[in-house]
Amino acid sequence: MDKLTLRIQQTSEKVELYFSGVFTLHNIAQYVAQVDSLHLAKKNLVIHLEDVTAFDTAAALFVQNLQKKADTFNTISHNPEIQENLLLVKNQANIFTASHTERRKSFLFAIGKRVEEFLVDFGLFMEFFGKVFFASFDYLIHLKHIRYKEIAFEINESAIKALWIIALTSFLIGVVVAYQSAYQLKLYGANIFIVDMLGISILRELAPLITAIVIAGRSGSAFTAQIGAMKITQELDAMQTMGFDPYAFLVMPRIIALMIALPILIFVADVMGVFGGMLVSYIDLGISSHLFLERFNEVVAVKHFYIGIFKGPFFAFLIASIGIFRGLQVKDNTQSIGFNTTKSVVMSIFAVIVCDAIFSIALTTLGI
Amino acid sequence: MQKIIEVRSLKTLFGSRTVHDGLNLTINKGEIYGLLGPSGCGKTTLLREMVLLQEYPAGSINILGYDLNSIHYKDAQSLRQKWGVLFQSGALFSSLTLKENIALPLKEYTQLNQKMIDEIVSLKISLVGLKQLDAHLYPSQISGGMKKKAGLARALAMDPELLFLDEPTSGLDPISAREFDRLILKLRDTLGLSIVMVSHDLQSIYDTLDKMAIIDNKKIVYEDTLQNLASSESQFVQTFFKERL
Repeated sequence: MDKLTLRIQQTSEKVELYFSGVFTLHNIAQYVAQVDSLHLAKKNLVIHLEDVTAFDTAAALFVQNLQKKADTFNTISHNPEIQENLLLVKNQANIFTASHTERRKSFLFAIGKRVEEFLVDFGLFMEFFGKVFFASFDYLIHLKHIRYKEIAFEINESAIKALWIIALTSFLIGVVVAYQSAYQLKLYGANIFIVDMLGISILRELAPLITAIVIAGRSGSAFTAQIGAMKITQELDAMQTMGFDPYAFLVMPRIIALMIALPILIFVADVMGVFGGMLVSYIDLGISSHLFLERFNEVVAVKHFYIGIFKGPFFAFLIASIGIFRGLQVKDNTQSIGFNTTKSVVMSIFAVIVCDAIFSIALTTLGI
Repeated sequence: MQKIIEVRSLKTLFGSRTVHDGLNLTINKGEIYGLLGPSGCGKTTLLREMVLLQEYPAGSINILGYDLNSIHYKDAQSLRQKWGVLFQSGALFSSLTLKENIALPLKEYTQLNQKMIDEIVSLKISLVGLKQLDAHLYPSQISGGMKKKAGLARALAMDPELLFLDEPTSGLDPISAREFDRLILKLRDTLGLSIVMVSHDLQSIYDTLDKMAIIDNKKIVYEDTLQNLASSESQFVQTFFKERL
């Protein structure tokens, strides 16, 4: 029998409660309301526990709370286990202190908190920047401090292993852009201008942006998760106590590796994007590859290619530093890794787009 | 005496390496039972097998009348509510405060109202010797010893019949370790718990254990009370309990 039954006998000055069965935390809830509705003040309460077969501390607490409401009380049971439980709760109960209540926060408080968090975050990011700057000077002065092995490892991880996905993504972008514009150009009979359009848009804007976005999702998130996990397992602390500067060992190799890798990947993206466009031009507009390349050579200035490649290291620096910075911000709990990884990807894509916009305005104003 | 755990000819393999080869042990109600042995002998593995975290290729384990070889999901769920487990480093949920950690099983498995739950939580907190104000801290804000105490409070939240402790005193200072031992004894005496623990701490072994099993070389080399230790010829027993023998 796992049920708890309660029989109540009331007289003018006495309330008797007969509990029987299994009196544990699973069964208490059903009688809380019923018992709370009894008027116990100035009455004599008798609680019968003779027929209780199992009793736990939750039940003991329940009984004790009932007793507090009554004027005089009496608990009847013959089971030593029940007595022990009641005594245990009674002895602990005087330690209870007023529970700490959370103050309700106002709307303004929430806004202020967010602004403060943002400013603190920004300050921390600046501090991180400073440290990276410092570490890079150390690298420049002491060339043998450079961790060539780690840099090579990171280039393999974030560039070589990303080649296929970058190649495929930019090929498809080239195909899609060419296919959409081919339809429009056909209307005007301006077929050959597809070369100008593809050349400039892919080399100058699309290839660098698409590559940076894929790498932000791929390597930026990996940096955050790796470094965040290292922080939680105290590996970073261990490194520091052993005299290994995390900036020299973890931060700089990743930043440098990505700054080397991204221009290479952008080059691959350029080639594959133009190839995709060329394929569609041939199939859809009947422009032969020979004609396409000849026209390409004529109208697309080489500066567009250089500008696209030149953006690479800047994007790489933003992606790597934001990824690592968020990794270092991971707090001592597991949710923090997920939170910071999400933030790292969102922030680095945003930063890349802002940086691209600045480049676009600056270079156009300069007439390049 | 009522048996609560019975392990029969249990075998465990890690890849091709045999960890346990035919373990037999019996744990009775109300006992504080220790699992001892050199590092790597599979004490924690045995504990993990008992609490359904790890499967074993052969043998049988029977806990509180449930045969773990053929246990159904529903029975396993109700069995899980009858035991409490304290992991080596507490294993508190890092995104919840101590109070929320302890309240979690009560919220999920019972229909108690918030006030009742709060009271049970603060009872458990004072029972394990934590301060009420600590309840609002997160696991990352407290010390290792406090994490163990909080882990124990969480294990006790549902008033289990059976408690599994994995090295409860490791990483504690000697004073907290002895306090922990007294706490375990008190819990056994007042709440009638049965306790299974893995331990390396000699003092805690002498002070708390009623009975123990020593695993060495894939087998149980000794299973009895502390008093009869001298009769054992195991190399491990001879060196580990040198002072005592």
